[in-house]
Amino acid sequence: MKQDHDALHMRTLSELRRGLRSGEFSATTLTEALLERISNAGGALNAFITLTGERALDSAVIADKAIAAGNTQPLTGLPIVHKDLFCTRDVLTTCGSHILDTFVSPYDAAVVERMGVAGAIMLGKTNMDEFAMGSSNETSYFGAVRNPWDLSLSPGGSSGGSASAVAARLVPAATGTDTGGSIRQPAALTGTTGIKPTYGRVSRYGMVAFASSLDQAGVITRSAEDAALLLGVMAGFDPRDSTSSEEPVPDYLAALHKPLKGLRIGIVQEHFDEGLDADNEILVKAAIATLEEQGATTVEVSLPNLNLSVPTYYVVAPAECSSNMSRFDGVRYGHRAGNPVDLMDLYCRTRSEGFGAEVKRRIMTGTYVLSAGYYDAYYLQAQKVRQLISQDFKAAFEQVDVIVGPTTPTPAFALGDKVDDPITMYLNDIYTIGANLAGLPGISVPCGLVGGLPVGLQLVGPHFAEGTLLACAHQYQQLTDWHEIAPGDFA
Amino acid sequence: MSLSKDQVQHIATLARLTIAEEEMDDVVGKLSRIVDFVDQLQAAPTENVVPMAHPLNTCQRLRADAVTEGNERDRIQANASAVHDGLYLVPKVLD
Repeated sequence: MKQDHDALHMRTLSELRRGLRSGEFSATTLTEALLERISNAGGALNAFITLTGERALDSAVIADKAIAAGNTQPLTGLPIVHKDLFCTRDVLTTCGSHILDTFVSPYDAAVVERMGVAGAIMLGKTNMDEFAMGSSNETSYFGAVRNPWDLSLSPGGSSGGSASAVAARLVPAATGTDTGGSIRQPAALTGTTGIKPTYGRVSRYGMVAFASSLDQAGVITRSAEDAALLLGVMAGFDPRDSTSSEEPVPDYLAALHKPLKGLRIGIVQEHFDEGLDADNEILVKAAIATLEEQGATTVEVSLPNLNLSVPTYYVVAPAECSSNMSRFDGVRYGHRAGNPVDLMDLYCRTRSEGFGAEVKRRIMTGTYVLSAGYYDAYYLQAQKVRQLISQDFKAAFEQVDVIVGPTTPTPAFALGDKVDDPITMYLNDIYTIGANLAGLPGISVPCGLVGGLPVGLQLVGPHFAEGTLLACAHQYQQLTDWHEIAPGDFA
Repeated sequence: MSLSKDQVQHIATLARLTIAEEEMDDVVGKLSRIVDFVDQLQAAPTENVVPMAHPLNTCQRLRADAVTEGNERDRIQANASAVHDGLYLVPKVLD
């Protein structure tokens, strides 16, 4: 077992960083080892859409020269994979869709660019629900991703490829995006750590848009420490994203050591309603007790409109989706229907051939709620309820520093289980969607196993409180080892 | 069904999508379920509530109306299926 733990693919990003800098191994050795790991162990998971091995090995040579010259950046030589929704210059960017399955981006997303400048080496692009619309990874044109804890189960979604690859120890870290829970939910279902920052904290430039007022980029890692390392690189103002925040970026790594003593934890009554699996509840409550033992105090808070967050989301997100998806017309990029008889035929057939069922469903839902006669009743009303939900959080954060509860109602579910019922699938995001509607940061960390499957603990904080969330998660991970447990077949 | 087949057909036309006849019942059923589900918002008391237009309740930043990108037409058009002399080709619009 000792030997296994020492294998490069078993190490966290922070451990790899120390190894590279001390000269224990080179970036080339590390890159080769991980590419081999992906090729040997990754096949059954379908976690990747594109691998960029050759390019990665070229970058590794450059990294090794930089290390030899003592000219290192924060991530020099460290591996990263990107969700296939981030534009990558000269590399396929499909968004898990047939409509973009030949799209080669002419530019890099801000996140990709920042990671590259910081010295990270991209190994590939991960599978995802089509345009990030899904909670199980089953809407991908490239097929569902499998959960390394049990190949018959979903890894969650939409960042399912990223979560599956990190959980299976194929790579130590992956980027993701979170519009309604798409980082935190797959992190919970695969036993990984996933952070969704405050809206505007990380630039959306070069992220293919789904719902622009909800989308935010983050990372899936194996520890809060690794998430802090990466977030420090990703976060910051970008003039190319008009909603990017000018709030200064704190030193997240330095903040990790903040003790739990005195931290006020909010417990939300509504989180523990009948929807929550009893075994999940036991683990979440045990995790809260662990935080209390270290001197944190708990306060009961209420989010009275929480039950309206899913229906609010399923008006706002499809409305923005229908607007964003209108750019796919078969003219400028992506799939184009053959032999169109006129422009209308070109648009309609291109889109009908190019989009999958769930994307079409959301485009039509959004078109309906924005259409004449229904706008006030649905869209405007949803934006008002969104304000109420946001005010609920604001009131709660006057009493507490962080809200702690479950990430998902149950552990991972079987592939195929929920595909025929959109509402059942949507309700899977009941605990995560509120943070997106209110623009708040959230993190999910593993807090135990039920029937051999991981369960996630979610922490949500006020705007720009990523440092508090990461510190709390890190302190929890110093006291527990749930985040270190690898799925049996991938240990 | 809260939505009729005609309504769904109209929505599809607005969204520039075509629905095959054999898929129609399934699409109408699922969209109706979604509309029924979001209908619960109607009961929420929202009098005098300001709609949330920005997730942080702030204003969007403005920028100067200036060209910031270089000319990368060839790179960008490499992704299009039908171009000619730097122009995008579409079916004839006028007779």
